[in-house]
Amino acid sequence: MSLLKFHTSGIYCEQGNFFIDPWVPVDYALITHAHSDHARAGSKKYLCHTYTKPLLQYRLGEGIYETTEWNQPLYINGVKVSFHPAGHIIGSSQIRVEYKGEVWVVSGDYKIENDGISGAFEPITCHHFITESTFGLPIYNWLPQQKIFEEIQQWVMQNHSRQQTSVLIAYSLGKAQRLLPCLQQTGLPIYAHGAVYNIHQTLINSGHTLPMIFPITKETSPKEFAGNIIIAPSSALDSPWIRKFTPYSVGICSGWMQVRGHQRRRNADAGFALSDHCDWKGLLQAINATRAEQVYVTHGFQSVFSRYLNEQNIQASEVITNYGNEEDETASIV
Amino acid sequence: MVMKKTKQHQSYDMKHFAQLIWQLGTSTKTNAKIDALANYFAEAKQKDISWLIALFTGRRPKRTISAAHLQQWCIELTQHPRWLFDECYHTVGDLAETIALLLPPPEGESTQSSLADILASLKLVSTQNDEAKKQFILQHWQSMNTRERFVFNKLITGGFRIGISQKTMVNALAKFTQLDPAIIAHRISGQWDPSTTTPEQLLNEEIQQTDISKPYPFYLAYAIEGMPEHPDEWMAEWKWDGIRGQLIKRNRQFYVWSRGEELMTEKFPEYNALAEKLPDGTVLDGEIIPSIEQTPLSFNLLQTRIGRKNLTKKQLQEVPVTFFAFDLLEWQGQDIRTTPLAERRRILSSLIHSLNEPALILSKEVPFQSWQQLEQVRMHSRDNGAEGLMIKRLSSTYQTGRKKGDWWKWKIDPLVIDAVMIYAQKGHGRRSNLYTDYTFAVRSDDQLITFTKAYSGLTDQEIAQVDAFVKKNSLEKFGPVRTVKPELVFEIAFEGIAESKRHKSGVALRFPRINRWRKDKTVDDINTLEDLKKMLEQFG
Repeated sequence: MSLLKFHTSGIYCEQGNFFIDPWVPVDYALITHAHSDHARAGSKKYLCHTYTKPLLQYRLGEGIYETTEWNQPLYINGVKVSFHPAGHIIGSSQIRVEYKGEVWVVSGDYKIENDGISGAFEPITCHHFITESTFGLPIYNWLPQQKIFEEIQQWVMQNHSRQQTSVLIAYSLGKAQRLLPCLQQTGLPIYAHGAVYNIHQTLINSGHTLPMIFPITKETSPKEFAGNIIIAPSSALDSPWIRKFTPYSVGICSGWMQVRGHQRRRNADAGFALSDHCDWKGLLQAINATRAEQVYVTHGFQSVFSRYLNEQNIQASEVITNYGNEEDETASIV
Repeated sequence: MVMKKTKQHQSYDMKHFAQLIWQLGTSTKTNAKIDALANYFAEAKQKDISWLIALFTGRRPKRTISAAHLQQWCIELTQHPRWLFDECYHTVGDLAETIALLLPPPEGESTQSSLADILASLKLVSTQNDEAKKQFILQHWQSMNTRERFVFNKLITGGFRIGISQKTMVNALAKFTQLDPAIIAHRISGQWDPSTTTPEQLLNEEIQQTDISKPYPFYLAYAIEGMPEHPDEWMAEWKWDGIRGQLIKRNRQFYVWSRGEELMTEKFPEYNALAEKLPDGTVLDGEIIPSIEQTPLSFNLLQTRIGRKNLTKKQLQEVPVTFFAFDLLEWQGQDIRTTPLAERRRILSSLIHSLNEPALILSKEVPFQSWQQLEQVRMHSRDNGAEGLMIKRLSSTYQTGRKKGDWWKWKIDPLVIDAVMIYAQKGHGRRSNLYTDYTFAVRSDDQLITFTKAYSGLTDQEIAQVDAFVKKNSLEKFGPVRTVKPELVFEIAFEGIAESKRHKSGVALRFPRINRWRKDKTVDDINTLEDLKKMLEQFG
């Protein structure tokens, strides 16, 4: 009998009687990170990383949230459980589960490039590895973060010189915070859509240090943000809200921007392939580092990616889950 | 001097061209595109400008290296299995871009070549063997970044439809040269070779090389938005479903141009008699239509005929082609496009009458007293082999491109049928990595029979919903086509129906598209093959 099972409600550990990132309410839910496709409301009790707790409180409401730090083993019904940095967003963790010498790792969403804000991804040796495959095709190869930041800065300054407002579309949790150090270097004031601002405040209030941003309210005069920077989630793109920034230019920050067609159908003026997920090489590097005997491939290009792994003599199978509907990705297919 | 003084930067190379293409391909604002083009005209080398104009007006260089070779060399270089390459291609939806994204990062010196240099060397390499071609390609790939490679690959694979229409190109040139767009549209039409023609020669009237085959830019109509006042100031004629074309006779030479700016003289030997008889200095506008005794045949027949390299006697007998002329643009060597339509038609009519050639007929006027009465006539369009009516102001000049006001299309409502989607495939361009190309079936007893594919017609939001459905309900996982659970019902609209031996259903549709998603219907409610056959009987 295997230690973790793919149950209709999520990933289940029978021995420990807990779920990891379940998509329906359960008694005890271990949460890899606070994105809405991994953290859902209604469970009786949660366990997450310390940084994730205020985000869950903000998004899911009050409840019972136990916390843990990275690399601090704890035992649940005799099953050894520990959290390890996944490098995806603030607080994001891989969850390592061990019982009678058998080790499983649920990676949640992850990236191996250290973005300076989400914690550096930690490779963990295991027998069974559950991986995402959001960008599991070799056409997805990211440039180093520094290089993309330079492109974004150039674009922002070019807009500024034409007195256009730069509207950067970024997921309100994760990408928005990751962009801030890059944008801060332009010296221009940064304004934020309410969704971005609320997450920002939640993080500040729980002790994170982040560059200063200003909320956009009904009272904010258009003169203030003219030629400056606005960060907004993708839902803002097709809304009347964005029109009051005219003249503006839209730049979308998402791994999907790697392909021209995606960028064109989003009607973006610029696309920056900046992702909080691994690219193709990153996925392979991470999987090789685990030395896992068996890999389970979830949300993304799971059938292609698992076939490729099998051909590389890494035993892999695809698993259908309900993950992979982060705001920016659903919107990107629209 | 038509072209403004240019700086002609020697350093203006492939990098700048790639940058321009990227801007054109991603910018959402037409004015930004026009500015980017005008900027390029001001800075780039003359030869590069000629090529730029050529590429964006459908004059692509001859293909010298096959797409299959590019694929093969990319696979060798990346060492990916072929199936993985194919998966990437299905996702990206563009071969040139797929290869550009897959290649390993560049090594060594970056390219210094200009657009014209690269096109010239591509032409040179065409006569060499495969090994030499391969070395040429690999060398260039190695000196280029992803965007440059994409453009380079596009130059080889052809189909340079990126970001801008011919109209935008014309407007950008007009802005740069301060000439009227209609004049630009005319000057860049017809036959010219970008490797030997400078922009100056192309655009400057005084030194423009006389090209006696040059067609006029076509005047195109929009769909009618409401009946105009004073019906007595208007004429009506049938809207034919053929190939829009111009017949040109100058200097005892005869040319047939299609609206797609393709020279098709050789395709229609029926017009040979006209080549003799038409007086010099004559240009006719009309529709190339397969017809017998002035009655149009199905457009499908013309399509199969066009596709053949060599025409057989049998085809010429079974699908003879007539020219339904409706306008006269040049007469006795004079451009008469500004003469009122009524007068142009009068000369046209007497010309056709005097020639008395069966391959050339006048597209007849449809008389009417009131719009209400004309609407009744319009109902009988299909019986006349037409797809509706054209309404033209009698005093109208012959304008350039698609314009509102004087000419209108008044098409009949399409035929419709309810069908279920059973296959889906990922799309191209802005629909990359989305299931947007569907195959539909109707019922025949307990079987589902496919009868058409359709692409357009859904909103982006509906596409996203169908895409999600396909991803959840597909039975086959690899390869481009997915078999889908027959559940989603759509209303398919089409302009005509013809018998077809190639299709399992026995019918071929003209311009099929999705009219709407019938969420109110299940697979039990769809139309049957018999319904289609009845339509074939009635309208085929």
